[in-house]
Amino acid sequence: MAIRQSRGLARLMMMPSVLALLVWMIVPLALTIWYAVQRYRLTNPAITGFAGINNFSFFVTDPAFWPAIVNTLLIVAGVLVITVGLGILLALLLDQPIWGQGLVRILMISPFFVMPPVAAVVWKHELMNTQWGVFAEIARFFGQTPINWLGSYPLFSVILIVAWQWLPFATLILLTALQSLSEEQKDAAEMDGANGLNRFWYIILPHLARAITVVILIETIYLLGVYAEIQITTGGGPGFSSTNLPFLIYNTGVLGGNIGAGAAGGLIAVVLANGVAIFLMRAVGKNLDA
Amino acid sequence: MAHAASTQRKIGMTILAWVVALLLFFPILYTLITSLKTEGEAAAGFSLIPSFTLESYRDVLALRDYFRPFSNSVIISVGSTLLALVLAVPAAWAMAFTPTPRTRDVLMWMLSTKMMPAAGVLVPMYLIFLYTGLLDTLFGLTLILTLVNLPIVVWMLYTYFKEIPVDILEAARMDGATLGKELVYVLLPMAVPGIASTLLLNVILAWNEAFWTLRLSTTNAAPLTAFIASFSAPQGQFLAKLSAASILAILPIVLLGWFSQRQLVRGLTFGAVK
Repeated sequence: MAIRQSRGLARLMMMPSVLALLVWMIVPLALTIWYAVQRYRLTNPAITGFAGINNFSFFVTDPAFWPAIVNTLLIVAGVLVITVGLGILLALLLDQPIWGQGLVRILMISPFFVMPPVAAVVWKHELMNTQWGVFAEIARFFGQTPINWLGSYPLFSVILIVAWQWLPFATLILLTALQSLSEEQKDAAEMDGANGLNRFWYIILPHLARAITVVILIETIYLLGVYAEIQITTGGGPGFSSTNLPFLIYNTGVLGGNIGAGAAGGLIAVVLANGVAIFLMRAVGKNLDA
Repeated sequence: MAHAASTQRKIGMTILAWVVALLLFFPILYTLITSLKTEGEAAAGFSLIPSFTLESYRDVLALRDYFRPFSNSVIISVGSTLLALVLAVPAAWAMAFTPTPRTRDVLMWMLSTKMMPAAGVLVPMYLIFLYTGLLDTLFGLTLILTLVNLPIVVWMLYTYFKEIPVDILEAARMDGATLGKELVYVLLPMAVPGIASTLLLNVILAWNEAFWTLRLSTTNAAPLTAFIASFSAPQGQFLAKLSAASILAILPIVLLGWFSQRQLVRGLTFGAVK
């Protein structure tokens, strides 16, 4: 039974949070919409006026626009595939009886707690650098020329770095879900003659469906906004090959001072995020009703 | 069919698990190793054995005014967490103990505020901060971090509070305790672990936030995220110092993270997976 608390008091206790989030939601979004249809550049604030859809056409006709959209989606998809795929495997591995399991877990989850800028500089300078980087060293050991990761495969490199940071998250969530699967269910299946692969496909995987869905949804929210890694490692380049939508918006609106276009880009980002969310809910949302 | 894991299998799995764990941990390990080298060593080439000198740490702390970004990070992480708790504890409390049919909707709505891409509102937020003088201030950063993490804090506290067995209160009441005493001596102690876990996780999330902290700060309020980001371009002989700076920046959080694994799962999945 609930603590005796008047509805009024309860509402009062919720007020500050609700108000704070309401303001946080409405004000910036309203301003974005306002600025998106205004002519406003930081470089020449005197010029103002209604811009109609000019900002949108400016932003959309930027040669970096379509690459940015594609790259944004590629980053999300790439990291999801790597983290969920490897995450399932790692969760299965960690679920096995092994010695030193606590220590293994600690080592494995560490990348998640490394702040993105550190992850970026470490991968850029200590691992991927073609002169003194570890990957270069390994390549030379095998008599190969070192790969210029950030120069030749910028988007893939960014995906790698971000996936490294998020793999622990996926593994932890999936492992937690895995451990709630009762041993008896697995035993019963085994006794009915199911081999390892069948057990995985018909018992383990469906049990993980909900956790996988949660991982996908949560990661996607963050992946759509990957920013620091790109700014620090490739600066969006070479050219636009590793520019994603947030980076383009920053470039246009803040660096370039074109507030109107930046705001227009922001609205496009909101639309994209909603689109991806709807797509995902259709694809995997049913798992949440378990 | 015996389920004692055969020792052979256990050995095999153990080796595999350790190899994978070390591979994933390697970037951090290598950074640690490099931080214990001198710059000369680091520039000389690849080596896994450092000379175990702390001179790079000394250089970092002395040369680049490291304390300012570090204390900025501490202030905005702890500050935004405390502020979020002040807002969230009453809200989560009310929702957990006086649920209404709307409670679920409110929680879902709060969740949805996190779905808004930061890039979507970067431009007006930058302008607001610019024109209200909040740009590059600790207060401004603290404010934003509070708002950004508030949904997670509310959700986490809500799931913890929901687990508190309220019947104990009944028992206390029958023993003659007043409402005040109930609150302080019975309920609060049961709520403290949940609040502590939430606090821990939020400090981690705020410390690592690398969008608003980069875009809404320049020099004065720049926390560690911005400080490290300034090393994006190679600067002569700097690998050892960069490694030292990196280790210093991530060490507190990695340690905190090791302690708070389970809270992490609960908090970041909004209680969906426990």
